[in-house]
Amino acid sequence: MSARPGERQKPKIATVSLAGCFGCHMSILDIDERILDLAKVVEFSRSPINDLKKFDGRCAVGIVEGGCANEENVEVLREFRRKCDILVSLGDCATMGGIPALRNSIPLSECLETAYLDGPTVVNPLGRIPSDEEIPLLLDKVYPCHEIVKIDLFLPGCPPSAEAIFSALTGILGKSRPDLPYELLKYD
Amino acid sequence: MSETLESTVRRICRSHGGDPTRLMDIARDVQDRFGCVAPAAMDLISRITGAPRVEVESLVSFYSFLSRSPKGQVVIRLCDDIIDRMHGYHRVARAFSEELGIGLGETTADGKISLERTACIGLSDQAPAALVNEVPVTELSTDRAREIVAGLREHMDPRRLVTRSGDGQNAHPLVRAMVRNNLRQVGPLVFSEQVRGKAISNALAMSPAEVIRAVKNARLRGRGGAGFPAGMKWEYARASTGERKFVIGNADEGEPGTFKDRVLLTELPDRVFAGMTIAGYAIGAKEGILYLRGEYAYLRPYLEAVLAQRRSDGLLGPKVAGKNPFAFDIRIQMGAGAYVCGEESALLESCEGRRGDPRNRPPFPAQKGYLGGPTVVNNVETLCCVTKILEAGPAEFAQHGSTGSTGTKLLSVSGDCRLPGIYEVPFGTPLAEVLRLAQGEDAFAVQVGGPSGQLVSRTEFTRTIDYENLATGGSIMVFGPGRNLLEIVHAFLEFFADESCGYCTPCRAGTAFLLRMVERIAAGRGEPADLARMEELGLTMKAASRCGLGQTAANPVLTSLVNFRPVYDALVKEDPEGFRRSFELDKAVMEAELLSGRRSKHAGIEKGGHR
Ligand SMILES: Cc1cc2nc3c(=O)[nH]c(=O)nc-3n(C[C@H](O)[C@H](O)[C@H](O)COP(=O)(O)O)c2cc1C
Ligand code: SF4
Ligand code: SF4
Ligand code: FES
Repeated sequence: MSARPGERQKPKIATVSLAGCFGCHMSILDIDERILDLAKVVEFSRSPINDLKKFDGRCAVGIVEGGCANEENVEVLREFRRKCDILVSLGDCATMGGIPALRNSIPLSECLETAYLDGPTVVNPLGRIPSDEEIPLLLDKVYPCHEIVKIDLFLPGCPPSAEAIFSALTGILGKSRPDLPYELLKYD
Repeated sequence: MSETLESTVRRICRSHGGDPTRLMDIARDVQDRFGCVAPAAMDLISRITGAPRVEVESLVSFYSFLSRSPKGQVVIRLCDDIIDRMHGYHRVARAFSEELGIGLGETTADGKISLERTACIGLSDQAPAALVNEVPVTELSTDRAREIVAGLREHMDPRRLVTRSGDGQNAHPLVRAMVRNNLRQVGPLVFSEQVRGKAISNALAMSPAEVIRAVKNARLRGRGGAGFPAGMKWEYARASTGERKFVIGNADEGEPGTFKDRVLLTELPDRVFAGMTIAGYAIGAKEGILYLRGEYAYLRPYLEAVLAQRRSDGLLGPKVAGKNPFAFDIRIQMGAGAYVCGEESALLESCEGRRGDPRNRPPFPAQKGYLGGPTVVNNVETLCCVTKILEAGPAEFAQHGSTGSTGTKLLSVSGDCRLPGIYEVPFGTPLAEVLRLAQGEDAFAVQVGGPSGQLVSRTEFTRTIDYENLATGGSIMVFGPGRNLLEIVHAFLEFFADESCGYCTPCRAGTAFLLRMVERIAAGRGEPADLARMEELGLTMKAASRCGLGQTAANPVLTSLVNFRPVYDALVKEDPEGFRRSFELDKAVMEAELLSGRRSKHAGIEKGGHR
């Protein structure tokens, strides 16, 4: 990490999946061989792509997939906010809550009971709702990221296309406002 | 029981000709008779009138005076508007609640009395006010609330709550309301001396085109809010082809803080009806409708009597007497508690027996209105002006006011002033002068034009009341020093969120979002970026809403953001780490903590100020 004097350090990118399905990350990988071009100009910090679990320094860009469904999501998102200059909400789950937010109109207790006790496909001989210290507590509802921290850029789509992600990233890294043509913006 | 239901619904439908376009009247009558329009009654109405079942349901679900589940024999509707809140609404509501042993929106166990809240009922100058069934009760106190409940428990007759009638025609045997006119300043036009029938005989001595020219020469603009030139509207309607044309008097008066139409209907109904008749002559209409808001139902028997008198005097009916006799008659259409129905195209929907969803325009009502016929919709006050113009001539009318805004304007002044009531002032009168007359000079803010108008600060008090400057349908709400700005804005947003018909997203969702944002800011959890966000959202609502309601619903926010910026600035704060100050982790995990019986690892240890 220590850049030799005189050598310009590559900007870092961090990514994370909160209450998402990893589909948005698959879409990041869909930029295919262009990831090599990207790797020339950036370095991946904490990300499922390189399996790095902790930040290894301040990042230029943080990319967040998924909204916040539990307390851990909130903590992670806040850490991203602290450590990233520009924070991007990637995909409909991050920007609007997406599929997980379908539970927002149903009381939490009912969600848990259906998932663990009463649902037609549930096999749960102990008849208990899992509650372990290791399991983060659920929030009352699923929040889009911008309701938890300040978000600088929103990239809609479920998932946003690789094209959109690549254009957005090169735009940000080129310090220009990403120019996303209408066809690349999809609200699903 | 179902036998009685069936025969009664049948009788009610028959009394309205089994006509599906009269569903409003049918539903209102069923509601009056049974305390609700139950699903079984809707089935019957649909079967008898041929209206699709879903339209009956949709109508009943839309209007606040109609309900599918039973209400008490007596319904007490408390006006819960900012003006009433300033005058002790909360205390009065609590007294009613305690005395009845029920909360707002509930009915006593014996099914006798329901307690509800409602938007402005047009009595802001005698707040706190309420309707007990159709009977208005004014200047309520906690003692008075207890008396009312005791009285009702004894006799269940709202009319017996009226111990003393108000002034003028409020004391008329067919009105007998405790309402007062509070007519503080009488101007030279609307409230001037009149000779009954003279305007009509003058009009009928002219050709319809000449009548329109007179209205144009007087440069009369609509008094209902939008200020559209009346003569031009009439001309369009006259030029439009249609076998049946219509004139509608808009007496929906739903803009909170407006009550001048109530006083006009009480004191000058003849002028209103004369104006409608003249409009009918001018555009070639034979039929008129007065759309009377449900809250003013107490005036209906009296207004019907005035109409009957006009018929027997030859001022209405198959042969309205004059040089060019013509046929014209007026019926009264009752509303049922929906602000948006004052919007002219929603009003037409309502008159045709549907929910009050505004229509797309074009076509405009003047081209294709009630039952598809060319229709002129004018405000009650506009119609009174018409009568004056035809009585005294356009020149006399236009000599008052200013060039772009001729004539006088009736202002309904309420709130923190010593003399609330009606003021007829010439257009061009500075707001400061109005405040002086009403003795509310120490105001820190005035809402001009009701919630859909503008909230102005002291530096703006020199501005004049006219279409070019401070336009208003008549509502002037005065807020004295010490009133909470955000509370005022919040109350107005609540009103719009309640009254949005829900058709377009910018209005339906926008009002709800703004409401939440204002709540956050008031709670000290706003950020500077929120102010920009509210502005942006407000402008989107203005640009993308279908009708005037959504287009103006953000005005309380937009105008107060401009005129009272320091108040907002003092309440918002940036979070140094870029966290949203509106999100409270400890609240968000509370339910899960309760369900799991363990404490959150993250909440509570949040740094400074968040817990
Ligand atoms: C939400 C909404 C409510 C309205 N309420 C009323 C009302 O209660 N009375 C009224 O005269 N006009 C009301 N208007 C204005 C009418 O649409 C219409 O412009 C007016 O009745 C025309 O009459 P005028 O030209 O004589 O003013 C309302 C408009 C909107 C958008
Ligand atoms: S936006 Fe779509 S692809 Fe992305 S995490 Fe949500 S569901 Fe998955
Ligand atoms: S703007 Fe509001 S009130 Fe008007 S049509 Fe749209 S949703 Fe209905
Ligand atoms: S009657 Fe209460 S504010 Fe108008």
